[in-house]
Amino acid sequence: MRAALVGTVKQLPDSRSAVVTRALQRHAVPCRMSAALIALLSVSGCSGGVLDAQGPIGAADAKILLNAVGIMLVIVVPTIIAILAFGWWFRASNTRARYRPEFVYSGGIEVVVWGIPTLVIMFLGGVIWIGSHDLDPFKPISSPDKPTEVQVVSLDWKWLFIYPDQGVASVNELAVPAGIPVHFSLTSASVMNMFFVPQLGSMIATMNGMVTQLHLAADKPGEFYGQSAQFSGDGFSDMNFILRAVPQDGFAQWIATARQSGSALDRTSYLALCQQSSNVRPFTYRTVDASLFNAVVNQQLPPCPGPNIEGPGATVRPRLER
Amino acid sequence: MFGKLTWQAIPWDQPIPLVAGSVVVLIVLAVLAWVVIKGYLPYLWREWITSVDHKRIGVMYTLLGAVMLLRGFIDAIMMRSQQAAAFRAAGYLPPEHYDQIFSAHGTIMIFFAAMPIVIGLMNFAVPLQLGVRDVAFPTLNSTSFWLTATGALLVNISLVIGEFARTGWLVYPPLSGLPYSPGVGVDYYLWALLISGVGTLMTGINFVTTILKIRAPGMSYLRMTIFCWTALAANLLIVAAFPILTATLAMLALDRYLDFHFFTNEAGGNMMMFINLIWAWGHPEVYILVLPAFGIFSEVISTFSGKPLFNYRSMVAATMFICLVSYMVWLHHFFTMGAGANVNAFFGISTSIIAVGTGVKIYNWLFTMYGGRIRFTTPMLWSIGFLVTFVIGGMTGVLLAVPPADFLLHNSLFLVAHFHNVIIGGVLFAAFAGITYWFPKAFGFKLDEGWGKIAFWLSLIGFYVVFMPLYVAGLLGMTRRLQHYGVAAWRPWVLVAGIGIIIMICAAACQVVQFVVSIRRRDELRDETGDPWDGRSLEWATASPPPPFNFAVLPDVRGEEPYWEIKRRAIETQQLSAEPKYEPIEMPRNSPTGFITAFFCTMTGFALIWHIWWMVGLGIVAAYAVFVWFAWRDVTEYSIPAEEVARFDRARRQAREQWLAQHAGQPA
Repeated sequence: MRAALVGTVKQLPDSRSAVVTRALQRHAVPCRMSAALIALLSVSGCSGGVLDAQGPIGAADAKILLNAVGIMLVIVVPTIIAILAFGWWFRASNTRARYRPEFVYSGGIEVVVWGIPTLVIMFLGGVIWIGSHDLDPFKPISSPDKPTEVQVVSLDWKWLFIYPDQGVASVNELAVPAGIPVHFSLTSASVMNMFFVPQLGSMIATMNGMVTQLHLAADKPGEFYGQSAQFSGDGFSDMNFILRAVPQDGFAQWIATARQSGSALDRTSYLALCQQSSNVRPFTYRTVDASLFNAVVNQQLPPCPGPNIEGPGATVRPRLER
Repeated sequence: MFGKLTWQAIPWDQPIPLVAGSVVVLIVLAVLAWVVIKGYLPYLWREWITSVDHKRIGVMYTLLGAVMLLRGFIDAIMMRSQQAAAFRAAGYLPPEHYDQIFSAHGTIMIFFAAMPIVIGLMNFAVPLQLGVRDVAFPTLNSTSFWLTATGALLVNISLVIGEFARTGWLVYPPLSGLPYSPGVGVDYYLWALLISGVGTLMTGINFVTTILKIRAPGMSYLRMTIFCWTALAANLLIVAAFPILTATLAMLALDRYLDFHFFTNEAGGNMMMFINLIWAWGHPEVYILVLPAFGIFSEVISTFSGKPLFNYRSMVAATMFICLVSYMVWLHHFFTMGAGANVNAFFGISTSIIAVGTGVKIYNWLFTMYGGRIRFTTPMLWSIGFLVTFVIGGMTGVLLAVPPADFLLHNSLFLVAHFHNVIIGGVLFAAFAGITYWFPKAFGFKLDEGWGKIAFWLSLIGFYVVFMPLYVAGLLGMTRRLQHYGVAAWRPWVLVAGIGIIIMICAAACQVVQFVVSIRRRDELRDETGDPWDGRSLEWATASPPPPFNFAVLPDVRGEEPYWEIKRRAIETQQLSAEPKYEPIEMPRNSPTGFITAFFCTMTGFALIWHIWWMVGLGIVAAYAVFVWFAWRDVTEYSIPAEEVARFDRARRQAREQWLAQHAGQPA
């Protein structure tokens, strides 16, 4: 069962609608509802959503999602049909329907109505147990390659990405090598946020004074939309970024470019970055203080200030293009 | 003198809240003027405001809920239209305003629309179904209602004076802490909920006591209606869960007012504790709302199928099963906060286990319809609409209980669609079913079926057109609470949802028209028998509207469906039971305690929000003084003479004689 549910983590199917069809066929779902669902899922499956996974974690998450839907449809579709059928057939005006006011108890039906949901939930419980363990965000992706390390700090209202091994940093732009796992260590400089790249899979919270871990990978080069999935204040709507999965030599090149331009990220420039601002265009830092991330986590650097109530507040204007 | 309160608190420069606020103030003033000019004020004061009659309090709760439902719906219209307009554009609501709207929408809909309607229907129907004259603590009941009204009032004051929270409806710290939310918005939220939360807790205590201790002779636990069972379960949940809410919000208030560090970033505060605590209340809250809704559907489906509820005992077991398990699932609201795999798996499985209890209920309703003779009245349409909708909402709920799926869908519009699917499809449909079902009992005439059915169909279609696209948008990665967005793939779905809200507006208009038309045509729609739907439980055994004492003589309960038994016996023997001996009845006296206490609590709450400390002290002392004054009263009850009881009951028996003559020779 384990293999069937989440086993083929690395292997990506050719087309998403094929997966949907297969997942649904396996559970022999009655026709009409599943046809509508396939139509709906394939629409959402080819336009950059969570079902259009571009990495092993996202693919495995989406596979469990579809399996769970399939398992439940087996019971949900007949139930809906029965509700409508019984309601229609036993209408008061239908003289052919037999009125049975004494039919108020049936031990057999009772066993079935407690038994079938229980069996389905036991099966689904297995999916939940195995899925939770295999796809725990803290669990590393097994790969011969050493994962790329990225430290993430959510600020009001932008994302800071620190590359500790390369000694550079970027804001609202995240470049990673395609095909190699990325290990994210995440924290927040102020309020809670949620780091989420829909096409790569699992999201995880960022919180001040704490570090969460996340392991993701992109199968192929490409640009993926990333955002905060936890409301964090007035500038929240612009708290998004582009994750750029690039070939390995391209990544080295990106690092080299970053090292040559921009300013240095030390504690002073961090405190300036810390101020509330939104709609921040992506930029990079040429060097980064190696102890900065830990200083944020350990609160040697204080949590970022909120709105400046004495002076003029942060400018919150929507980013109109992009 | 007035703390932080200055003329700047009124948003002179923001036309939308200012105009909306002025319109509300004008409407309130107009209604007040009308009441005063027409001379209704003494009547309102005597018969409603100071009433401790559970039926009147139930009606007032439901009315409050309905008005707040409209307010919350206007917020919903603004949110959907803003998102429809805000693709790569600013829309018409700036973030600082939009953020208040979605926070107010959630707060109002849960605390001041859904809760009052559910509690109102329980207030109205539970004592009648138990065959008793009132709840255990009638004056406390009135106080509970007025404290809830206080909370609603404070939230609405924030529209014109100051601002509301900009943090989402559950005010997660540290965002809701003083550094990140220095305004009064979160304070409005805190005091509105702290004050109304006390009222809700007292309701819980009141109803648990009533159901456990006060029932008609012969009404054993397993003869109570399922609505009474679900009310018991919901109120047990209130008693256990609302103290958690109050304590959690009180801790946040201490953080904000007295520089404590429960949930701050610094000094050892832990915001994860807030999120755990708030959901330890928040998940039971879902069942506080939906269990009574299940009860309403049970009554409606059984009545209009012309059958007793199928597998009654199994239904009771499923209700109590859900009541218990609902305490063990709260962590599923934050699988993505980084708990370990074992913790996530445990809470995922415990959450999906609830679906067993709900599934059993669905099948029991299904088999209640099987072999029935179904009359498609408005309440029954809402019920069938519920069954189909709720099954879909339940499925997406179990899906979100699967942690890896939740890792993709948490906080997305898929989640938003899911909980609207169960709250609209479950609680709101139940509210409309319940209101239509018990309206003739409360007022003596039915609601217009034609407009009711149009409202039902528009609501059902509107619901699907709004929320099915949001499921898709969520699958496309769209997160909730976005003031504007730039992802082109989301746009068509957001636009379709925007069209859906137009259908919902028509539905809401039809609901209003239904009430207006019904009140105008009340003489044609009048029900003299007290039993307009051919009901089965005790509330139909008395007149519509019931007298203050509910029953001339307390019913003698001999089975699960006492009134059905009485009717069957009457038809078999072709006569009503012998006229009983009427006795004088003692009933509790009306009391302004609740209203006056709530007045001073409103004052205290407002003063706390604006740091007007002298007024805080004054309000607390005055509210306490009212309580002491009430405790010192000498006369607590008044007596209704036996002749008046007899006169009332003979009139009812006469109507029943006519009914019997019409049903002569029919099999039961």
